[in-house]
Amino acid sequence: MSELTKLTLTGALEGLENGDFSAVELTQAFVDTIEASNQALNAYVVTTSDQALSMAADSDARRSAGKAGRLDGAPLGIKDLYCTKGVRTTACSNILGEFTPTYESTVTQNLWDEGAVMLGKLNMDEFAMGSSNETSRFGPPSNPWRRGSGNATLTAGGSSGGSATAVAADLCLAATASDTGGSIRQPAAFTGTVGIKPTYGRASRYGMVAFASSLDQAGPIAKTVTDAALLTEIMCSHDAKDSTSLNVETPDWLSHVDKGVKGMKIGVPKEYRVEGMPQEIEDLWQKGIEWLKAMGAEIVDVSLPHTKYALPAYYIVAPAEASSNLARYDGMRYGARVDGENLTGTYEGTRAGGFGAEVQRRLMIGTYVLSSGYYDAYYLRAQKVRTRILQDFETVYADVDALLTPTCPSAAFAYGEKTDDPVQMYLNDIFTVTANLAGLPGISVPAGVDNDGLPLGLQVIGKALDEATCFQVAGAIEEAAGFVAKPSKWW
Amino acid sequence: MTERPTFTLKGDTGDWEIVLGLEVHAQVSSNAKLFSGASTKFGAEPNQNVSLVDAAMPGMLPVINEFCVEQAVRTGLGLNAQINKVSRFDRKNYFYPDLPQGYQISQFEHPIVGEGVIEVDVEPAHGDPAYAFPVRIERLHLEQDAGKSIHDMDPGATYVDLNRSGVALMEIVSKPDIRTPLEAAAYVKKLKSIVVALGTCDGDMEKGNLRADVNVSVCKPGAYEKFREADDFGELGTRCEIKNMNSFRFIQAAIEFEARRQIEIIENGGTVDQETRLYDPDKGETRSMRSKEDAHDYRYFPDPDLLPLEIDDAFIESIRVNLPELPDQKRARFESDYGLSRYDAGVLTADAESADFYETVAKGRDPKLAANWVTQELFGYLNKAELDLSETPVSAVQLGGLIDLISGEVISGKIAKDVFQRMIDGEGDPADIVEKHGLKQVTDTGAIEAIIDEVIAANPEQAEAVKEKPKTMGWFVGQVMKASGGKANPQAVNKILREKLGL
Repeated sequence: MSELTKLTLTGALEGLENGDFSAVELTQAFVDTIEASNQALNAYVVTTSDQALSMAADSDARRSAGKAGRLDGAPLGIKDLYCTKGVRTTACSNILGEFTPTYESTVTQNLWDEGAVMLGKLNMDEFAMGSSNETSRFGPPSNPWRRGSGNATLTAGGSSGGSATAVAADLCLAATASDTGGSIRQPAAFTGTVGIKPTYGRASRYGMVAFASSLDQAGPIAKTVTDAALLTEIMCSHDAKDSTSLNVETPDWLSHVDKGVKGMKIGVPKEYRVEGMPQEIEDLWQKGIEWLKAMGAEIVDVSLPHTKYALPAYYIVAPAEASSNLARYDGMRYGARVDGENLTGTYEGTRAGGFGAEVQRRLMIGTYVLSSGYYDAYYLRAQKVRTRILQDFETVYADVDALLTPTCPSAAFAYGEKTDDPVQMYLNDIFTVTANLAGLPGISVPAGVDNDGLPLGLQVIGKALDEATCFQVAGAIEEAAGFVAKPSKWW
Repeated sequence: MTERPTFTLKGDTGDWEIVLGLEVHAQVSSNAKLFSGASTKFGAEPNQNVSLVDAAMPGMLPVINEFCVEQAVRTGLGLNAQINKVSRFDRKNYFYPDLPQGYQISQFEHPIVGEGVIEVDVEPAHGDPAYAFPVRIERLHLEQDAGKSIHDMDPGATYVDLNRSGVALMEIVSKPDIRTPLEAAAYVKKLKSIVVALGTCDGDMEKGNLRADVNVSVCKPGAYEKFREADDFGELGTRCEIKNMNSFRFIQAAIEFEARRQIEIIENGGTVDQETRLYDPDKGETRSMRSKEDAHDYRYFPDPDLLPLEIDDAFIESIRVNLPELPDQKRARFESDYGLSRYDAGVLTADAESADFYETVAKGRDPKLAANWVTQELFGYLNKAELDLSETPVSAVQLGGLIDLISGEVISGKIAKDVFQRMIDGEGDPADIVEKHGLKQVTDTGAIEAIIDEVIAANPEQAEAVKEKPKTMGWFVGQVMKASGGKANPQAVNKILREKLGL
């Protein structure tokens, strides 16, 4: 049975359509695998096995009635950031207690409308704040990958560490994730999976627990570029319930994956060659360039001069928005509450007890940068930087179709290696935050392994609303890299 | 128009003047809230009109209610103000249990409506005649109302009702152009008449749908003029803001008290602290709510859940062409079409009901006579009886009928007052009353002559004396009218008396 869990999403959908197996059989295989593996991997923080099997049974009925949707019978994992009706949703924070929404996020609703099956809720950094998933109230997941040279437990990255772990360890066909500064792409890179953050506004934020509203964007983590394209197509939609949702058609991205890069111009930004970056990553990047050249693309050296300001700007804008977005967690209407002697005491007790250290750090930074007297120097300046970063991209996109960069400056690291120093941790996002600040689509595709056998990802950043090119370039890299490595099972 | 009087308060160190700026919150007449589809119906059970957005559930997002935007633009046009085609919503962050999101969505830097100006009419008072003065509007912006904290239901707990949470408000901010308590009340009345005429707010102050925050400061004579010249607030005194008043009487009483409190502090060598105060109508005083030091740092920033609000000329024009006649336009029309004084025209156009009533009465009749009867007699009676125009016992058609009787010389003005009283008492149509009580004016000169002859014959000395002092003829007129039971036509009486007395 466990062979079923190794299928890709598209492969499984084919099998279902061909009648090779039923949705119930497929779902049961995942339920069994999760039961056997989750204790070691800690990918799921809620499992919904009964619901999954009943959804699967409904799916089989639909399929035999000839009414199957595009994802019918496909068991998926859902990041705990998405509100799911009747299923506990906490964004892995203590402050949400046992909060169980009475409503469904638009993105997950889109999946259920196409017949997908929910296996459970996936681990993440608390409120998506983190790059290693260590800030989760439920403890971090374990990356199924380990260094060839040792048995240290590695991070699967963050904040979508649970999603990446579940996909890499075959605990779901694919998973939803979300990306505010790299939270889809970095975990994908750390686990040998594919992750895409679409253009800001492509997918609705309705029902996604907010971190930083102007940066948050839904996207999938999947096993292949094709799977990612299919899932992204279904997750994205115009939604009147989200004012920042773009009123645009969702294109047929699936057909772009195999189109190749012949005649394309791909930019290589020199600012992404940072000091201290491991040679292996440098080499992989070069390899990517060679592959694209060999497939008929033209490589152009480009410059994005404001890149070095992106990370500081990000760590002002994101905490600022978070400090306001998270004000609603006050213990008054839902979630955990710690009663104090008076109102202020209750607020302080609730929020000090409910939020972890990293969230508290960011709320304090955010509150500080929005304070009167500091607003202009921090928040306003950061917004100006943001405009410059967008202009940088617009300038180079006059000349190139997409950009190729490494996804991260390192491979997966071991727990505890970076937690002591928040700035070291923040540097993880250095190649990914720019796409969030500029609202552009970015995809991470596994392209090779480092000397320790750990997966490394390359990132393709596209023009606004041009996910098609991202899928096209990523598809070409996937083909050229022939990345087939899987983690050897230790769990 | 009469000159604007100077208003001073006497202190131990001389005269003081008051400077006032108002922030009026007007609830938008909308069935749904500003950023959610929840109902705004008044009087619902607590927490019944609350959507997931209003309760700030995780992942919920605001979506602007276009109808509310339209009402704000409409109101802006009614205030002769600039409509900003691009405006923006900001978050005003603070913690309170009746503020579920932990922030209020408001417009801080870029309001939907910019500067405007309105003309405010002040009624005669304290021996001063009526006058009008301009108030510059600084801005109008849209914002969410908060919920309601109820502290007195349980000694140990506070209850929260979120029905109001997220209801759309228009905050209308004036420049400090208001100088007396009466002017402040008149300004609010004017705003109320405008929003009610536009239909953008029902103006119901008792329900709190229109309420005012008043910024009060005092200064020595001359300082205000310097402030206006240099636009330098340094010329003015420190201001205190009195929050949330929903009656014209409270507004005036609170300003009076607050101004005297500030004068006393300054004259005793103290300084006024900039603070927010509350008016206690039971004690007739203001008390401190929070000082400047306690003031929140609201950490305003653009709401990232909302895009800038962009409207185009076509949208604005579509609203402009459908504007109703505004109180000022109506007053101007009443002045020019009916030849009324500015004051009478103002009284009659203060609300649509009065204006419609008057126009029904005046149609095809002497407009000035109609204005007198409506404002003096009818409104005078209604005021005394504490009745609304909607409760009037005399309809516009009936009052018109009464005026027809006067103009047709069927009855005299004096008899008309008697008939009017009978109409108030419910005796019905004026013609029927005149008929029933035989009040028809005597225009038969023969009959009048006979009465006059009798009166002259009965008073020979007076008849002689009046030849020396013609001005005393009035006494004879009175006697004749009395003898006729008031029914003799006064013009005829005058004419015949003159002839008979040889004047």
